[in-house]
Amino acid sequence: MNNPPQLFEYLIRIADDRLILGHRLSEWCGHAPLLEEDIALANIGLDCIGQANNLYTVAAEVEGKKRSADDIVFFREAVEYKNLLLVEQPNKDFAQTLVRQFLYDSFGLLYFDALQQSAFQPLAGIAQKAVKELRYHFRHSSQWILRLGDGTDESHQRTQEALNSLWRYTGELFESDSLEQQLHSEGIAALSSGMKEEWDKIVTEILNKATLQIPSSEMHQQTGGRKGQHTEHLGHLLAEMQILQRSFPDIKW
Amino acid sequence: MVETKPHTTESIREILSSVLDPEIPVLSVIDMGIIREIGIDEGKVTVTITPTYSGCPAMHVIEESIRSTLLENGIDSVTLKTTFSPAWTTDWLSDTAKKKMNEYGIAPPVQIPHSALLQIEIPKVPCPYCHSSETQLKSEFGSTACKAYYFCISCHQPFEFFKPL
Ligand SMILES: [Zn+2]
Repeated sequence: MNNPPQLFEYLIRIADDRLILGHRLSEWCGHAPLLEEDIALANIGLDCIGQANNLYTVAAEVEGKKRSADDIVFFREAVEYKNLLLVEQPNKDFAQTLVRQFLYDSFGLLYFDALQQSAFQPLAGIAQKAVKELRYHFRHSSQWILRLGDGTDESHQRTQEALNSLWRYTGELFESDSLEQQLHSEGIAALSSGMKEEWDKIVTEILNKATLQIPSSEMHQQTGGRKGQHTEHLGHLLAEMQILQRSFPDIKW
Repeated sequence: MVETKPHTTESIREILSSVLDPEIPVLSVIDMGIIREIGIDEGKVTVTITPTYSGCPAMHVIEESIRSTLLENGIDSVTLKTTFSPAWTTDWLSDTAKKKMNEYGIAPPVQIPHSALLQIEIPKVPCPYCHSSETQLKSEFGSTACKAYYFCISCHQPFEFFKPL
């Protein structure tokens, strides 16, 4: 905690992951294929956005510039967002949404599990609750992967296509840059590079059961989210999310 | 001038026990275990709260009710603080709170045996209406983030279950 800007940057990364994924899920509200799924996706999205809100609140305190969580969310540009590229990918169809969720949930569960031991107490507290919520999310998304992969010809095909198109964003999950390594050595951060093996095991087991083909490990991997280099999709998402507050700053509901 | 007794932590807890959770309006913020600390300094009151489910949309309403209830009781200097550690858990719900929840028609959280990170057992939940254990999970996600949706095979009544966290 000797270096507030570093800690702020780290908290923002994890918060951005949760916010952007939560926002994507919220786009299903009123459109999901089943009523139960509409409710489930909205609730999971709410958990994600709630965790993000808690993380931004702590980040704002660490930063000490009197910015609120809302300021951080609504008045940053795409280059200032540090989320993983995976979570900003569009919903496309139900299969792609659930594959994205499954790839993230299996990673997030391991990551937040490790963060429960963070030496930075507020982060450890947020992680202790988030990991319990993520267990419900993981059960939901992994069960859907089984049903969709080992379902009809069409559901299998769509799920395989989603997996093929999202796989290129999974390498980034395990890139531990110097910031993460530094904060990990101080006992604050979790080290994602050490989780790859365990994640491979979890994901392989479920994809095999779901009769899905795991894309080649040779596949070119796209990264850059942690540096603010995003795919074109984030800009569109932010435009929709931020328009009201940017048009009418400080507007209250 | 009327002499009023100065407030104590106990008297403030008493006042706060009338602030109800808008989603389970038989439980107070005290029953829910979200009041973590009450500080009094020369008539100025600081209440530290902790959120329940991360995505609980009722937290804003709860904060406002705490503030306005204290105001109605003549405490006009109220500071609300939020703490994230230790994390709120359904284990903090008192037995009385669980009983009230059950009578209201929401099955209270049950202890889940400790299990591996990737597996959670689906708990056996007794029906809050007829107490039968012949119930079925219909959907893991109910009307709010904290509840799952169950169905009672014995009395054919759908009901909600407050998920353990
Ligand atoms: Zn019953």
